[in-house]
Amino acid sequence: MASDIETRKSEFMQTSGQFSTFFVADLFFGVDVHSVQEVLRFQQMSHVPKAPEVIEGLINLRGQIVTAIDMRRRLKLPPRAGEQMPTNMVVRTDDGAVSLLVDEIGDVLDVDAAAYERPPENLDPAARDLIRGVYKLKDRLLLVLDTERTADITVGSVA
Amino acid sequence: MQDQDVIREFLVESHENLSRLDQELVVLEKQPEDAALLASVFRTIHTIKGTCGFFAFSTLERISHEAETLLSQLRDGKRKLTPSLISLILETVDATRTVLASIEANGEEGPDRFEELAGRLRQAAQLPADVESQTSSDLALAPLTKIQGEGSSSNIPEDVKPEKNSAKPSAAADANIRVGVGLLDKLMDLVGELVLTRNQILQFNTEREDAALNATSQRLNLITSELQEGVMKTRMQPIGVVWNSLPRVVRDMAVSLGKQIELEMDGADTELDRTIIEAIKDPLVHLVRNSCDHGIEPPEVRTQGGKPAQGRLTLRAYHEGGQVNIEIGDDGAGIDGARVKQKAVEKGLLRPEQVEKLSDREVLNLIFLPGFSTAQTVTNVSGRGVGMDVVKSNIEKIGGIVDVFSRPGEGTTVKLKIPLTLAIIPGLVITSGGEQFVIPQVSLLELVRLEADSAEKRIEHVHGTPVYRRRGSLLPVAYLNEVLGLQSSDRADAVSVVVLQAEDRQFGLVVDGINDTQEIVVKPLGKQLKGLTVYAGATIMGDGRVALILDVLGIGESAGVLTESREQSRAAAEQKPQAGIEQQRLLLFRTGSFGRLAVPLSLVARLEEFPRSSIEHAGGRHVVQYRNRILPLVPLRAVLEPESPDQDQASDPVQVVVFNDGDRSLGVVVDQILDVAEETVTIRQKSSRKGLLGSGVVGKRVTDFLDLNQIIHASTEAWFQGVGGAASGKNILVAEASAFSRGLIRSGLEMEGYRVREVANLDEAVRGLEQQSPDVVVAALDLPPNGGVALLEAMRGRPEWKRIPVLALADSTGQAQLSVAQTKGFQDCQAKFKREAMLESVARLASAPASDEMELVCVGEEK
Repeated sequence: MASDIETRKSEFMQTSGQFSTFFVADLFFGVDVHSVQEVLRFQQMSHVPKAPEVIEGLINLRGQIVTAIDMRRRLKLPPRAGEQMPTNMVVRTDDGAVSLLVDEIGDVLDVDAAAYERPPENLDPAARDLIRGVYKLKDRLLLVLDTERTADITVGSVA
Repeated sequence: MQDQDVIREFLVESHENLSRLDQELVVLEKQPEDAALLASVFRTIHTIKGTCGFFAFSTLERISHEAETLLSQLRDGKRKLTPSLISLILETVDATRTVLASIEANGEEGPDRFEELAGRLRQAAQLPADVESQTSSDLALAPLTKIQGEGSSSNIPEDVKPEKNSAKPSAAADANIRVGVGLLDKLMDLVGELVLTRNQILQFNTEREDAALNATSQRLNLITSELQEGVMKTRMQPIGVVWNSLPRVVRDMAVSLGKQIELEMDGADTELDRTIIEAIKDPLVHLVRNSCDHGIEPPEVRTQGGKPAQGRLTLRAYHEGGQVNIEIGDDGAGIDGARVKQKAVEKGLLRPEQVEKLSDREVLNLIFLPGFSTAQTVTNVSGRGVGMDVVKSNIEKIGGIVDVFSRPGEGTTVKLKIPLTLAIIPGLVITSGGEQFVIPQVSLLELVRLEADSAEKRIEHVHGTPVYRRRGSLLPVAYLNEVLGLQSSDRADAVSVVVLQAEDRQFGLVVDGINDTQEIVVKPLGKQLKGLTVYAGATIMGDGRVALILDVLGIGESAGVLTESREQSRAAAEQKPQAGIEQQRLLLFRTGSFGRLAVPLSLVARLEEFPRSSIEHAGGRHVVQYRNRILPLVPLRAVLEPESPDQDQASDPVQVVVFNDGDRSLGVVVDQILDVAEETVTIRQKSSRKGLLGSGVVGKRVTDFLDLNQIIHASTEAWFQGVGGAASGKNILVAEASAFSRGLIRSGLEMEGYRVREVANLDEAVRGLEQQSPDVVVAALDLPPNGGVALLEAMRGRPEWKRIPVLALADSTGQAQLSVAQTKGFQDCQAKFKREAMLESVARLASAPASDEMELVCVGEEK
């Protein structure tokens, strides 16, 4: 029962209030501002051979080892152009912190719950899985990223 | 939430109380007149009873109440303390533990109400005192165990000793506080981090000529080392924490085996990291049980052999060279080398000619082979062929070593060498494909460098497989960059080979460069990478970069150099035995009128003997309890010769060949195991008889080959039909995050004959559905990441899954949850731990395919 209430609460939290925003390709995303641990410029990272390709590597975050997930690959988007360096957005998830590699960081936005809508049905499945909903802002759409699902990349035993 | 905390506190406290009770009771048995000790036992039970009342744990309250009544009579001198009374009270302690475990797992007291125990306690308290003492004096055994401590190793904690106990009970409590393990772990992490930063500062310092910086960094260095040591110490626990339970174990063993055993413990204050303490607990208990059961002889045998009737079991722990040594020694019969050899041959583990070549030392080490047990009879205490191999692999898992020394007639000593801590380990830093990796030092045997001109000569190829001639024997070799799929560097001048040990096999790993050894701080990998078996974790190097720690076993398996591993024999068991010409090892046995039957040895998991009395009936079938599971038995005779009348005239003990099929086991009962043969087999003639493949010539005699697939299939089907009827073959997907609950649900379903697949979260569930459509999906409402509803939605979104019924599992079936589940479109909702209701619901859903209206029900929420 308790856990049910908890999930409802977190759903509520994620569907209203303040969002940290970022860009991946031409998509404009937001995550609950409370779930963001910190934002770092691109860090040198250690490559993990045999890991799924969405995992860019491991970074040393003051002694904590954090897995970095490339959002372009996670969303099945084309790779970043040449010189562009991604930014680390470190978010907390139930299983510890993960770093999302995004193109660019945006502002923190206050949004109005009334502008919320569930993601359109015809969205590409690769993205639809990860998007909780959409806020219709004045000039663009803000996609609410489901960080738990984004971080949920489990590797089967690799032979 | 607060309630949860209080209950956790209650559990911690009760466990402490119970371990103290265990010790006190064993001592009390020796000193029944010790009033202060008795009073302490009484108080402890009283405390437990009081707290249970507070939480309304009625089962606990009742049994502790009955025990208290009994103890109050003892305390008041109305009744004399007898061994049988002690046993009864110890039983109460066990029952209490069982209930506590259930509370810890699911917050409820569990189904067993222990009515019978409570009844016996009540009866004992009502019996007139003189009758009780009379009846039990008949049963009374001489003092069975005697506890002897030496110096600080005394196994009775200070506060149990009567005089101190009554004087000032709380002196220790004031000087100590309880600290959560989580906090200590966090501190350890921070210290690891500080160590790395210190290393960087020191490096920085050497590059500069600055006196002030120099002095400061030296000081930092010193303080960091001290801090590291201090924090390490907070995680240390005396090994006595694990030993505390052993007097009780030994006492119980002695009683049930009719032996007299004295337990001596030395070095109980030797300290180990808590993670290690946790890991050696089970192996230690197992070794002690082994010594009691197989080592120490019954009193009459001992006196005949000129030894004192009372056997002696010694536990020693001491530090040596940065490691902790633990010795478990007995003065029993010792290990009979000849019997070990004979047994190894009988069990088909080695061929006779192989056995003859072994040294005495190697013969002793045979007992660590899986499937080995020298016990003449299978007792309920040990000797089921599990055991020493498991002990060994558990100890090796934490980087330890097991050694056994034995002299016939004088006793056996098992010696464990264990590292002090797992958090910081020595490792070898290597490079491959431009990346740095760390190999844990414990797996490292030697380093070999092959110079350019000889390299090609010395890494040779057998049918494309690289091998290296290492002092005359062939060592399989793998290239790390190939295993990890990295760019191979130009193999220019020299090749570096790291020789590694994984379990009991060795292999060489070719790396690009070998750097140096370092103390590394082991950090776990994120969930996303847990599934990669080739890594054991990660660490941070002096330059701040992350390096992966290689899992030697995983690398070996991934490279395919650990071919003859146990896993593979299991995999072979799943393959269909094929007719035709093959060179293979065969197990020969006899049953009924079939004088010579054979199955490939690779399919056999184990050979076992069970006493006829241990065979039980369940669901109209023969079963035995085996390795904590129920093993169904198939009398081969009944399968091959159903018409033959005298089915039950088999020998005692019963000979059983155990096969594994997936994760199910099946025991086939045969009359006699004959031999193991290795030959080229040609199946000459096919058979039309059910259960036989055909016949061929083995060892110049005609032999029938068993069709194992058919037998397993036929009998498992019957096994299910015996219990669950229509359930057999239905496919259930269980989606639930907690492995514990999953296990419960799974076993419930499997007992009914369903085929069950488990998944832990949404993604796995979707993948599971993609692999094979189940007949019913059982989904926990709290399934990560977004609840069972998300799974339901995912399923309803795909036409092929639309009609699969989904049963929701709630933590409780309050009306609220039930109606939530129904509006969401689940076909049914049941409480997680109400097994009967769940099974009924699954049976209903499995038999009636979902109706059309389900498509309508899925209503969106989240508004």
